[in-house]
Amino acid sequence: MNFDFSDDQKFLQGEARKFLAANCGTDRVRQTLDDDGRTYDEALWKSVAEQGWLGAAIPEEHGGLGLGHLELCVIAEELGRAVAPIPFASTVYFLAEAIMLAGNDEQKAYLLPKIAAGEVIGAIATSEGPGVVTAGNLQATVVDGKLSGVKIPVTDGGVATVALVLAKENGKPGLFLVDLTDSSVTRESLKTLDPTRDAAKLTFKDAPVRRIGNAGEGMELIEQVFDRAAVLLSFEQLGGADRCLEMAKEYALERYAFGRVIASYQAIKHKLADMYVKNELARSNAYYGAWALNTNAPELPVAASAARIAASEAFWFGSKENIQTHGGIGFTWEMDCHLYYRRSRQLSLVAGAPRVWKERLVSHLERRNAAA
Amino acid sequence: MDFNDTPEEAAYRVQVRTWLEANAPKQHISADPEGGGDSMAASKAWQAKKAAAGYACITWPKEWGGQGGNPLQNVIFGQEEAKYPIPPNPFQIGLGMCVPTVMNFADQGTKDRFAGPAIRGEEIWCQLFSEPSGGSDVAAARTKAVKADDGSGDWLISGQKVWTTGAQFSDYGIVIVRTDPDAPKHKGLTMFWIDMKDPGIEVKPIHQMSGGSGFNEVFFTDVRVKDSQRLGGVGEGWKVSLVTLMNERLAVGGATGAGWSQFLETARDTPGLDGQSALKDSALREKLADWYVQAEGLKHTRNRTMTALSRGQTPGPESSIGKIISAVQMQELGNSAVEMLDQYGIINDSDLAPLHGGFQSSVMFAPGLRIAGGTDEILRNIIAERVLGLPGDIRVDKDIPFKDMPTGR
Repeated sequence: MNFDFSDDQKFLQGEARKFLAANCGTDRVRQTLDDDGRTYDEALWKSVAEQGWLGAAIPEEHGGLGLGHLELCVIAEELGRAVAPIPFASTVYFLAEAIMLAGNDEQKAYLLPKIAAGEVIGAIATSEGPGVVTAGNLQATVVDGKLSGVKIPVTDGGVATVALVLAKENGKPGLFLVDLTDSSVTRESLKTLDPTRDAAKLTFKDAPVRRIGNAGEGMELIEQVFDRAAVLLSFEQLGGADRCLEMAKEYALERYAFGRVIASYQAIKHKLADMYVKNELARSNAYYGAWALNTNAPELPVAASAARIAASEAFWFGSKENIQTHGGIGFTWEMDCHLYYRRSRQLSLVAGAPRVWKERLVSHLERRNAAA
Repeated sequence: MDFNDTPEEAAYRVQVRTWLEANAPKQHISADPEGGGDSMAASKAWQAKKAAAGYACITWPKEWGGQGGNPLQNVIFGQEEAKYPIPPNPFQIGLGMCVPTVMNFADQGTKDRFAGPAIRGEEIWCQLFSEPSGGSDVAAARTKAVKADDGSGDWLISGQKVWTTGAQFSDYGIVIVRTDPDAPKHKGLTMFWIDMKDPGIEVKPIHQMSGGSGFNEVFFTDVRVKDSQRLGGVGEGWKVSLVTLMNERLAVGGATGAGWSQFLETARDTPGLDGQSALKDSALREKLADWYVQAEGLKHTRNRTMTALSRGQTPGPESSIGKIISAVQMQELGNSAVEMLDQYGIINDSDLAPLHGGFQSSVMFAPGLRIAGGTDEILRNIIAERVLGLPGDIRVDKDIPFKDMPTGR
């Protein structure tokens, strides 16, 4: 049994933690939070690229480090712990994964080295309005290689150079690469629950596109991309959830009420124990997702769903109960609690809300059980 | 990251498989799940076979008669053994908790006398800790031992224990008693081993709310024990009990019974809100997803623990989350299934209810599982204090004589 990260991977994680402690403290995150004109930390993005993290799982022949997805998982956990204000997930978990999964040789050769070098920022554009996007209600349309339609919200849509867009072609969904710097694309910045991450409304008017993957298989492909991203996102969520438990614990141990530290009250102890239990369940599910992703196992859709559901629950619970443990001061702008609360919402929604994943999971289980 | 055995583990697994294939029972016997009754002869025979081959106490040191093996070998044997229709194991509490306590604290003669018969399943042990006045608060024990006034040095034990698993068929037991009511509660306790066949001991089964009787009340009336039966010093029973209890939370397993998969299959065939399959009911689907994620989380948490053992490391505290999740899930899943059956869910007849009444059994047994071996609340305290390092409760009972301690019912 070897169901844990290796010593080398743990060393990489330790180095990532040190790097982010030095370069991405919450004071640094707040520079993005508090500045309306700024939606990501460009300097941090550059130094993360220099660390090679953007290309951790990209093969060496395409300019990456060629490490693997397990290495990417431990980096993701640290980015989540640091609530890093950079378009890492959009670029690496979605765009790079989609290209490695379904891109042709030319797309790989052109985009992957630029992603690894930090020269391309990616975005994933599926949502078109309130509610779940499906093959049936999808509006954006590609005709003769030109895309028209509206995507809202698009995380990192304001800063990305390349978007992965879900749109209909000949009445069937497809997945398309779009150059967002083209004049046919209009971007409008959006206010969101998490101002430490960029978001935009994108309007396409006859924007030139290149299809990725087979025609008409957009929904299948986007599910595969989401499965891969879900595992990596679950590590970010896990990092955030663990940090929430640490913050709650640190505060509970120093805050006095009624003559003793609040950490000595069972109401607080049990709350923190519940946070611990959820985090461990999330960690174990995330590890299984990591294994499935790294080995491209047939279990990936089920493992990714479980990882995402457990991590979303853990981060939501941890981030809200961290505020509760802090009491009034936890509700202030100056306290860092809300950075995690906000990020927990961003990460739970970006690849589809947990209830969507629960439905996907049960559909898989239903079929798997019937086949058994 | 993978789920493979190391070469050493693989070799051990092959060895175990070969032995089991040649020796394990191939046919189910109709078994009392508590390990008593008609299945006892089969249980004892299987234990003796394992003992002769060295598989009875794999992790025990060789000087105790064990194999000196590592915990992962024990896990591997358990995994492989579980593939056969083996009889119930009524030896677990004795070999997991009682006899190790004896081996740690008794004189050489006593150890030599008891280890072999216990390993071979010839003698069964029970653990007599809980009392009507103290469940979670074991140190509140009131069963007393006083020195006999005949100068023999013997002790006379009187009082009552409760929730004693297997007392009805046990040969010996370890019992924690109060020897000094003037000392603070943790300091006035002493541990003894006792002969359960003593005429001063009366065992009465407890009729559980679930209908079964897996546990007992044990009454002591002037049970005479020799001072040489004392385990550890007079007044040091609490410290001795910690050695015993260290193993309890490992011994009280997680929930068994109907899980997400059985729920899914039952839902498939049960009419739901629109008269179609209840598996189409989105509220039930969401619950199913949650249960699956919890069950997988626990499974892979065990895999993480095994990985630590495999790497020769001490497992982290993550294994402490198991029963908190599984006992509550058993209750909620059972109840959701019962509600899914709608009016029919009230039927608790194994001939009529799905899964032979498995969901109804979960509903009725889960309250006990949420209490046994550490209540939900005590387990949260343990995580908070031992894992997270939060302070213990302010105690009002630590420094006053036990006899002056406030008591309720």
